[in-house]
Amino acid sequence: MTIAAKQKYETVIGLEVHLQLNTATKIFCGCANKFGEAPNTLTCPVCLGLPGSLPVVNAKALEYAMKVGLALNCKVNPFVKFDRKNYFYPDCPKAYQISQFDLPICSNGYLMIETEEGEAKEIRINRAHLEEDAGKLIHDDKNNCSLVDYNRTGTPLMEIVTEPDLRSAQEAYNYLQNLKLTLQYLNVSDCDMEKGSLRCDANISIRPMGAIKLGTKTELKNMNSFKAVKAGLEHEIHRHMAALESGQAIIQETRLWDETRAMTFAMRSKEEAHDYRYFPEPDLVPFMMEGAAIETTRKSLPELPAKKRERLMEQYRVSAYDANILIQDPALADFFEECSKHYKDTKTICNWINGPLMKELNTRKTRLADIGLRPEDFTVLMHKVNEGILSNLAAKDILRFMIDTQRSVDTIIEEKGLAQVSDDSTLEKLVQELIKEHHNIAEQIRNGKESAIGFLVGQAMRKSQGKANPKKIGGLIKKLLT
Amino acid sequence: MELNRQTAHELLDLLKNKKTTPEAILDSVHKQIQKSDKDVKAYVRLNQNKVDPKTANSRSVPIPIGIKDNMCILDEETTCSSRILKGFKAPYDATVIEKLKKSGAILIGNTNMDEFAMGSSTENSCYGATHNPWKLDCVPGGSSGGSAAAVAASEAIWAIGSDTGGSIRQPASFCGVVGLKPTYGRVSRYGLIAFASSLDQIGPITKDVTDSALLLNVIAGYDERDSTSVNAPVPDYRQALKNNVKGLKIGIPKEYFVQGLHPEVKNAVMAAIEALKNKGATFKKVSLPHTEYGIATYYITATSEASSNLARYDGVQYGIRELPKKTRKSPLLDMYDETRHVGFGAEVKRRIMLGTYSLSSGYYDAYYLKGLKVRTLIKNDFDKLFSEFDALIGPTSPTTAFKIGDKVNDPLSMYLSDIYTVSANLSGIPAISVPCGFSKERLPIGLQIMAKPFAEEMLFRIAYTYEQNTDWHKQSVNL
Repeated sequence: MTIAAKQKYETVIGLEVHLQLNTATKIFCGCANKFGEAPNTLTCPVCLGLPGSLPVVNAKALEYAMKVGLALNCKVNPFVKFDRKNYFYPDCPKAYQISQFDLPICSNGYLMIETEEGEAKEIRINRAHLEEDAGKLIHDDKNNCSLVDYNRTGTPLMEIVTEPDLRSAQEAYNYLQNLKLTLQYLNVSDCDMEKGSLRCDANISIRPMGAIKLGTKTELKNMNSFKAVKAGLEHEIHRHMAALESGQAIIQETRLWDETRAMTFAMRSKEEAHDYRYFPEPDLVPFMMEGAAIETTRKSLPELPAKKRERLMEQYRVSAYDANILIQDPALADFFEECSKHYKDTKTICNWINGPLMKELNTRKTRLADIGLRPEDFTVLMHKVNEGILSNLAAKDILRFMIDTQRSVDTIIEEKGLAQVSDDSTLEKLVQELIKEHHNIAEQIRNGKESAIGFLVGQAMRKSQGKANPKKIGGLIKKLLT
Repeated sequence: MELNRQTAHELLDLLKNKKTTPEAILDSVHKQIQKSDKDVKAYVRLNQNKVDPKTANSRSVPIPIGIKDNMCILDEETTCSSRILKGFKAPYDATVIEKLKKSGAILIGNTNMDEFAMGSSTENSCYGATHNPWKLDCVPGGSSGGSAAAVAASEAIWAIGSDTGGSIRQPASFCGVVGLKPTYGRVSRYGLIAFASSLDQIGPITKDVTDSALLLNVIAGYDERDSTSVNAPVPDYRQALKNNVKGLKIGIPKEYFVQGLHPEVKNAVMAAIEALKNKGATFKKVSLPHTEYGIATYYITATSEASSNLARYDGVQYGIRELPKKTRKSPLLDMYDETRHVGFGAEVKRRIMLGTYSLSSGYYDAYYLKGLKVRTLIKNDFDKLFSEFDALIGPTSPTTAFKIGDKVNDPLSMYLSDIYTVSANLSGIPAISVPCGFSKERLPIGLQIMAKPFAEEMLFRIAYTYEQNTDWHKQSVNL
């Protein structure tokens, strides 16, 4: 397709995110809300939908839903009402899902994202409601049967639905990243797409640039990672455009993203469209939340990523680049702020966090909270480098040993003998040895080839196992040879 | 003395004075069942109960009780008299069962009912019809017909039923016993297999009003497992048993005395009103203007909820599973279709279809939503009257028990036998049916008293006063 053709159309995307809330127990019973346990071990009469059982709303799930709504700038409805969504499927043991139909707990919110052009853009949230998750079906082809695991049945879900405000696959990706980050700050979900704790479906259509009427949409499912969302959307947008360009009509349908074949295909025709026969759940009497509940929750919200980014830049004069890295993990940002109490130069702290520390975390595939590093110990490294006691190289080594052994900087310096040598007589002896060993090079320096000094400094560092103070070595070479 | 013909409170007195034992009481009940249940068919299942002498003394109420077959009992089969639930054993006790067990009650067995409590005659049962002890070719009423018949035939000292549109009161009326539908939320529904969740309520079926109060004492109360149960204090209902209605204002809804009300029933009810008037209550004709919409509203609401509540019987987890001989749609859909085709009776299927229709997109507003609105109007009618009156009084059912088979093919006329009882369920108020006479054919007639929410004490007071001044409750069948 030509670029001209691409520019003829505007892409319109709306996302539906299903978010598993990480409450300790399920939404309508006391069973544990856990992933990866033996099948059907986390069940009771209520989540199995046994005859006579009744649901009771988990107050924590309501609180988490409020948190999500408030973080997404939604209006929280204090009147809590649930509805039944009726459908037959073996993963749904009551043959209805308890959900919210006409009165979602949260509505009319927004989340800010950055467009590809780097501009801030508001993505409106139509609604976010609470519901229960279904069980898991496992098809056993060998024995020609289907098995049901009800462990997931009744775990709390939030469905977060945007308005059709997204204009590209990249914007959708950015929205999801921002959403995930915001939700992680709230600590209400693992947000792990691979594990299914965050699932995303998309509605896609395209229309001629400037048109008001929306084009025919398709619904895209089965995107199991953030990258898959982007790839799936890109593919689907391309398919829409190619179809319209060749004069074909888009069929309104649900399509599945096939990761391995990198294409989408139709799931089923809409003739099987369900009539869910929603009606108010008579087993849960609607109720008003206490007047203070919403305000209390609002006050309990942590500082959210966008706010934190802004504040870090203003309060610590941190660059946008550094701030963006720091806010990816609230623990990291907190760590930075703690460090700033022990070391004045925030740029250096950022460099240390975003460089060596991130490298250590990445190679260990771990999070800051898990390595037991204290800000006061971490900043000792910067002080020692600044005072010339440690070389940068040695300091990085020490950081690794600190994380591995949980020992203090001083102990490690002593044990490994890593203190930088700045003592003039020791260094002069070293330089004189080098001049002897590399008399050709020394001669060149004497003849004014200053660029050769670096070679000798390098040799000095090697000979001293990185302990020699390179600045002093450079000075001594100059002094002795020029 | 035949112990099984006594009331529970009489037996408790005897036990207290060591004049009998729990074993002797249970034995007399078992003997009666052996003698007459082949004709009455009140029970669908008997538990092999033995009284443990060690625990008998510490038990406060070691009285044999019949349980309607729609309440979950740990490790016992519960079927709602439906083929589809054959073999289902609950892994838990309903809250009411838990309370009964704790009180020392001896659960004799499960009593017959209309399938999933859908019916007014206990004919819609996969186990066959229950017969009215007063006249064996008549129905006992329904849907708690087994419980009412068991108590009337002295095959249980008392029993538990459930009432969605009159299912305790109408059979109590037909069998000449006392049946109470408590306020919605007074008794936990946890473990009661749902017919229509917003209407169902568990209540006692007993030989007299005192027993009704005693049994309500055992089963009433807030339950955190049932969000619709109400967290309000439970009084000692025995304290309400006062032979005194002086100064009480009681309304007589004129809509309950219209065409269709059998003259014998009307005369008996008017005589009861006269008796209470003589004891100092004042009566006034009042109006519940939306009564005529009661049956329609009830059948829309109840069937809608039922269509959803009964969707879980799909052959996947429990109960029966049927597969057709030839594949029709897909293995899964075929299993659903065949299981439900074989498992449900005609009346249940009819109501599932009605309810599914009312909830369907395009019809929801005209049926379910309209029903909800009319329900509010009906409730408002009652609220208005209860601001002025202590209670309302009228017949429980327009007729006495009808012949088995008479209305099986005429669902609409069957539905109309609930015309005076559905309003209490739609508005959530408590109502009681007490015996108030007999027809020429010697079939019992019931008097219904209704009061505002949580005014069960008012019902007991009026019913008790009436009972103390009449002897209908002392008349019993000897089978």
